Amino acid sequence: MSNVVIVDYGMCNLDSIARAVEECGGNPTVTDQPRELSNATQIILPGVGAFPDGMRNIRERGLESALNDEVIGNKIPFLGICLGMQLMANSGEEVEPTKGLGWINGDVVKLKAKGDDTRIPHIGWNVLEKTWDVPILEGIEEDRDFYFVHSYHIKVNNEDQIAAYTPYAGKFVSSVCHDHIFGTQFHPEKSQKVGFQVLKNFLKY
Amino acid sequence: MSLKIRVMPTLLYKDLGLVKGKGFNSWRRTGSIMQAIKVYNMREVDELIFVDVTATGQEREPDFECVDEIADECFMPLTVGGGIRSVDDVRRLLMVGADKIAINSAAVENPQIITDIAKRFGAQCVVVSIDYRKHDDGRYEVFTHSGKHATGLDPVEWAKKAASCNAGEILLTSIERDGTMTGYDVELTKAVSEAVNVPVIASGGAGEYEHMAAVIKDGKADAVAAAAMYHFTERTPLEAKRYLREQGFNVRF
Repeated sequence: MSNVVIVDYGMCNLDSIARAVEECGGNPTVTDQPRELSNATQIILPGVGAFPDGMRNIRERGLESALNDEVIGNKIPFLGICLGMQLMANSGEEVEPTKGLGWINGDVVKLKAKGDDTRIPHIGWNVLEKTWDVPILEGIEEDRDFYFVHSYHIKVNNEDQIAAYTPYAGKFVSSVCHDHIFGTQFHPEKSQKVGFQVLKNFLKY
Repeated sequence: MSLKIRVMPTLLYKDLGLVKGKGFNSWRRTGSIMQAIKVYNMREVDELIFVDVTATGQEREPDFECVDEIADECFMPLTVGGGIRSVDDVRRLLMVGADKIAINSAAVENPQIITDIAKRFGAQCVVVSIDYRKHDDGRYEVFTHSGKHATGLDPVEWAKKAASCNAGEILLTSIERDGTMTGYDVELTKAVSEAVNVPVIASGGAGEYEHMAAVIKDGKADAVAAAAMYHFTERTPLEAKRYLREQGFNVRF
């Protein structure tokens, strides 16, 4: 039986993701205990909020080294969602410059409006332009919409780690991938059927 | 590329049931919440707004248990409003599964709360809800406490102020059009949309799909909310989107 550990680092929205994992056939455990990560078959880092608060909470709870041990050391499949994806970057500029987990070679910066009709935050449904057939996006057609709600985005230096772009404010990286490490700027747990497909892909990875 | 227009049903909650009124009054019961959520889930609506219309008036805190139950069945974006007084109320709502919160009376009393919530949870989850009336002389005024308290504020100025305090979205509701199904206030929606660069949700007055097209095209709204139209007529969010697509608007299917 799967044990999908959803990391609680005080950045909310844990219920939605736990319910979605259940609906997708997974067995979720929500925890803020570093030692619980060692029993995980998959790890999900959700998150809503500001980058510095997120990193501080992860560090204060002793979760950073546990995450490094399991995800980098033991190669447990990992999915970061929204802020959870952004925290994988080297750094974030939101509120104050803050060091991230450093798993994805990139930095998190504010979306910049291109033209008058680009409103920030980017809130609503938008498509993905896949760069290759990355495992978590398998079987997802290009015209399918996902739910986004964010003001910052990850700028990735290493092209191999970019899984998809989304055409907004120019275009930004909306999904990252590095071996067994995945991230989505959109919310699969709020994107209905097509979002559940992404979660199911991750759960069977 | 501009974003897809969002078509969102509003669910109003009062004393354990769904209701819909007229001009923020004469409430009628419209059925069970869970039933409504399940139907909207199945039909894949773009987003839901859920407002507890009596919480602030009754000086109650949000009904966290109720939101928890709803959110567990709601696999679409959910905005929750009504009775929010503090950053901690917001934390608890997000914790039980809200994606965004809508704040109204408390923000008028203390705009700093918008900044505080945005700083803690990000601007993207703070919807500032503005209820307004158009007076006989053509002047617009913001009202709080479910339309009961006049504030003396001009909705355009207040929207600008809210956006500068880091609101992520503005939900604009015309009180006198609410529940009448006679069309949105296109003029005021346009004035606000042009004054701020955060997304604007038009609300109050939808009765026909044409009303939605008008407030998107001429009012420059980014999203259209409706309640009475879905409760009391045969019209549905899906048909609304089909109509909007035929009219050349970018919507999600």
